[in-house]
Amino acid sequence: MKITGKAIKYGDNVDTDVIIPARYLTTSNEKELAAHCMEDLDKTFVSRVKEGDIMVAGANFGCGSSREHAPIAIKASGIACVIAKSFARIFYRNAINTGLAIIEYDGDISEGDILEVDYEKGELNNLTRGNVGVFPPFPPFLQNIINKGGLLKSLREDK
Amino acid sequence: MAMTMTQKILAAHSGKDTVKKGELIMAQLDLVLGNDVTSPVAIKEFNKAGCNCVFDCNKIALVMDHFTPNKDIKSAEQVKTVREFADEKGITNFFDVGEMGVEHSLLPEKGLVVSGDLVIGADSHTCTYGALGAFSTGVGSTDMAAGMSYGRAWFKVPPAIKFNLINKLTGWASGKDVILHIIGKIGVDGALYKSMEFAGEGVSSLSMDERFTICNMAIEAGAKNGIFPVDEKTLEYVREHSNKQPRIFEADGDAEYDEVFDIDLSKIKPTVAFPHLPSNTRTFDDIGEVKINQVVIGSCTNGRFSDFEIAAKILRGKKVDKRVRTLIIPSTQKIYLDILDAGFIKDFINAGCIVSTPTCGPCLGGHMGILAKDERCVSTTNRNFIGRMGHPESEVYLASPAVAAASALTGRILQPSELI
Ligand code: SF4
Repeated sequence: MKITGKAIKYGDNVDTDVIIPARYLTTSNEKELAAHCMEDLDKTFVSRVKEGDIMVAGANFGCGSSREHAPIAIKASGIACVIAKSFARIFYRNAINTGLAIIEYDGDISEGDILEVDYEKGELNNLTRGNVGVFPPFPPFLQNIINKGGLLKSLREDK
Repeated sequence: MAMTMTQKILAAHSGKDTVKKGELIMAQLDLVLGNDVTSPVAIKEFNKAGCNCVFDCNKIALVMDHFTPNKDIKSAEQVKTVREFADEKGITNFFDVGEMGVEHSLLPEKGLVVSGDLVIGADSHTCTYGALGAFSTGVGSTDMAAGMSYGRAWFKVPPAIKFNLINKLTGWASGKDVILHIIGKIGVDGALYKSMEFAGEGVSSLSMDERFTICNMAIEAGAKNGIFPVDEKTLEYVREHSNKQPRIFEADGDAEYDEVFDIDLSKIKPTVAFPHLPSNTRTFDDIGEVKINQVVIGSCTNGRFSDFEIAAKILRGKKVDKRVRTLIIPSTQKIYLDILDAGFIKDFINAGCIVSTPTCGPCLGGHMGILAKDERCVSTTNRNFIGRMGHPESEVYLASPAVAAASALTGRILQPSELI
């Protein structure tokens, strides 16, 4: 699968409290969550994000709580993929289990760059800068979960 | 193949003789936990996937603690979903108002987790039970849903960092200061994806409450879990609280560690994490004058009996500063009763504090003590991220109960040794 989108960039240690503040955890409705995504860190995010954009961040993205509301909010806001230097582990699991594409990649990307991502090949093409980077594709075990459409479905089929 | 303590527990639960770091395994679960924020999402997933039965109605714990007693209509609706689910599936360990406590204080107290268990919880501080020598880790709601229906979860076997504890704590230094010191040293991603294994002769000097506090914050260093070896103190705690049989796993002498740190407990000083990261730690040599508006003593980090014992010792017979709202939140009903019997509640109220029913409340900015713009709070909780306790421009300073109590008296961040 390939996707193309524009980069929206943040720094290191973007935590789940800024991705979706706890005061909005009284709902699990995707649209409601998406309406408050990132608001404590970046009030402009919700108004400027476009369907298919790519969130780019530094190390330890998604640190903090285990709320699945965080990947759900990001996905529902229209973000097609999150690229970070590293992910906090619970966020990493939650993203896979809920079908939000994530990539561990440490390369030079600026706000607004147009990126093309090829998951299967593990290739990231920065169309704005004209350079191509590589990242490790998911191991087969996780690809199986993603291909079967999520954790629950994969467990049921592999029982 | 030599294994760490964590790896041994994972091997035993996945039917393997050995596992090695990086290996992906499917493991059997002894307990699956969820709370009032994460369970509704898990139940939605559970139903969406067409699951009918839970794998074992005695091995699921649902604890309504974050926004309970329900703070508004939405949170009431959420708890209602969980209540109905628990009822329908016959979940024995459903804890609602009257029986509930903050989940990570409640589960060990109810004897639901013992040494050697493998536990997942849809709450990041599930790592707390490592204090009992169990492997426990936080997951999301989908993992929880899968865990509830199949009793299994996938894991990538983690590498480990060893913390070799030597000597004993002195003065006002506590378990909270140990873990803040460690996080300050290795950073909020210092143990990312790894186990934090505590070892060494210093372990035996730490109380169970202190071990709970230390493991509770392993996630704040990015760790998958934190774990203590099982000793006489652990077994005594387990015997007192549970009928379940503990299983003792020990790290091999030649187990591989990515890093080994020696932590000299006698050198640990009262430590405070400044906004907005738990790793942003300072000791009192460079804290200066920080005025505060609120103090919170409670949460799954420091809401246990010994935490209030220390706070009561400092607050007894004195008055908190008029400008400081001081909130005391015992983390379970039993702790509430125990501090009542011990007379601490009277000490707190006479000192001008309020004492709340068990709840997560202000810890995550839910209710019961939200901060306004520019306000500062000294809190015994575990996170001081932007907006964690309220307004995005408020500030949370993480500290031990002793520092929190001393600060309440003076209206500025203070170490207890400075009180006359
Ligand atoms: S007390 Fe705070 S950290 Fe602990 S479970 Fe509740 S919200 Fe989470």
